[in-house]
Amino acid sequence: MNRLTLDLWVGFFVAIGLASLLFLALKVGNLSGANLGETYRLEAKFDNIGGLKVRAPIKSAGVVVGRVSEIRFDSENYVAVVGMQIDGRYKFPRDTFATILTSGLLGEQYVGFEVGGDPEVLKNGDVIKKTQSAVVLEKLISQFMFSKAAENGDKK
Amino acid sequence: MPDRLANGFRWLGKRVNDRVWRLGFASRFFLMILVYSGTALRRFFLTIREIYFTGVLSLIIILVSGLFVGMVLGLQGYDTLQRYGSSEALGILVALSLVRELGPVVSALLFASRAGSAITAEIGLMKATEQLSAMEMMAVNPIARVVAPRFWAGVISMPLLAALFSAMGVFGGYLVGVQLIGVDEGSFWSQMQASVDVREDIMNGVIKSFVFGVIVSWIAVFEGYDAEPTAEGVSGATTRTVVTSSLAILAADFILTAFMFRGA
Repeated sequence: MNRLTLDLWVGFFVAIGLASLLFLALKVGNLSGANLGETYRLEAKFDNIGGLKVRAPIKSAGVVVGRVSEIRFDSENYVAVVGMQIDGRYKFPRDTFATILTSGLLGEQYVGFEVGGDPEVLKNGDVIKKTQSAVVLEKLISQFMFSKAAENGDKK
Repeated sequence: MPDRLANGFRWLGKRVNDRVWRLGFASRFFLMILVYSGTALRRFFLTIREIYFTGVLSLIIILVSGLFVGMVLGLQGYDTLQRYGSSEALGILVALSLVRELGPVVSALLFASRAGSAITAEIGLMKATEQLSAMEMMAVNPIARVVAPRFWAGVISMPLLAALFSAMGVFGGYLVGVQLIGVDEGSFWSQMQASVDVREDIMNGVIKSFVFGVIVSWIAVFEGYDAEPTAEGVSGATTRTVVTSSLAILAADFILTAFMFRGA
C-alpha cells in the first residue's frame, strides 16, 4: 500500500474519530448549556439546605438562570451559605425570595427565585436576605403524626 | 515428603521471582519506549502506518459492536424503565452507561484482542526470525524503529475508537428506543443533554480510554519484545497479551472509576 492511500485512510479515521467526539460533546452532552457565559455571583443563607448539591440549577419561573457554585457552613451563625453563579443576562430585584425546592416528589433539589418588586437589582457579591429552607420530609411526617395523635387525645 | 514440600516452595518462589522480574523489565521497557520515541514522532509516517493497522482496520468491529451494544441497551433499558413509568429517561441511561463505562472498556477489550494480539504476534515473529537482531547489527534501534511507532499508534487510536464506539452506541439506542419502540424523540435527546456533563462524563471517558490505550499498547509491545523466539513462544505471548491486558483494563477501570465518580 502506498503512502498516499495510507495517509488518506488514517486521515479519514482521525476525522471521523474527532467528529464522533464532537457529536458526543454537542449532541449528547450539550456543551452549549454547560457554561452560562457571563455570570455574576450571589449568596444566600439557609437554615437547612436539605439535599442541595453543588451544580444544582437555579430556576426562576421554571427557567434555569444559574448554577450553585459552592456550599459551605458558616460557623458563626450556624447556617449554610450557598454561592450561586447567575447568568449575566438576568437581573433580579433586591427583595428576591430564594427557596429550596424539589422537582417532583423525590427528584433533585434546586434553588427557586421568586421575584419581588424592588426597583434596585442584585449585583455581583450581594447576599439574598429572604430565604426559605428545604422542606425536610421526616419533619413534615412527624408533625403530621403528632397532630393526629393530639386530635385522638382530645376526643377521649 | 519434605522433598516435595521444598520443591513446591522452590516452584512458588521461582514463579513469584519471575513475575517481579518481568514487571521490572516491563517498567524499564516502558521508559525506554518513551526515551526512544523521538524517531517515531519525527518520522511520523512510521506511526501513521501503524495507526492504519491498529486503528483503521479495527473500525468495522468497533462500529458494529458499538451499534449492537447500544441497541441492546435500548431494549433492556426500556424494559426496566417502563416499569417505573420513566421510559423518557432512556436517553440518559444509554448515554451515561456508554460514555462513562461501556465505550472505553468494551472498545479497549476489543482493541486488545483485535490490535494488541496482532502487534504482539508481529513483534514476536520479528524477534523469532531475528529481524530485530539484524536491525541492531545495522545500528538501527529496534525500540525506536519498531516498538515506539506501534505504541504511539495504539495510544492515539484508542480514544478515537472509544469515542466512535460511544457515538455508534448512542445512535443504536436512538434507533431502538425512538424509531422502533417509540419513546418520544424530544425527551430522549433533551433529557440526555440535560444530564450528561461534558467535563464530568465525556472528558472522564476520554481520559479512561487514553489510559487503556497506554496499558494495552504497552502490554502488547512488551509481550512481543519479550516473547521466546520460537513458534510456541510467540503463540504464548499472543495469548498472554489478550489475557493480561483484559485483566489490566478491568482493574484500571475500577481504580479510575473510584477516583472519578465517588458519588459526590
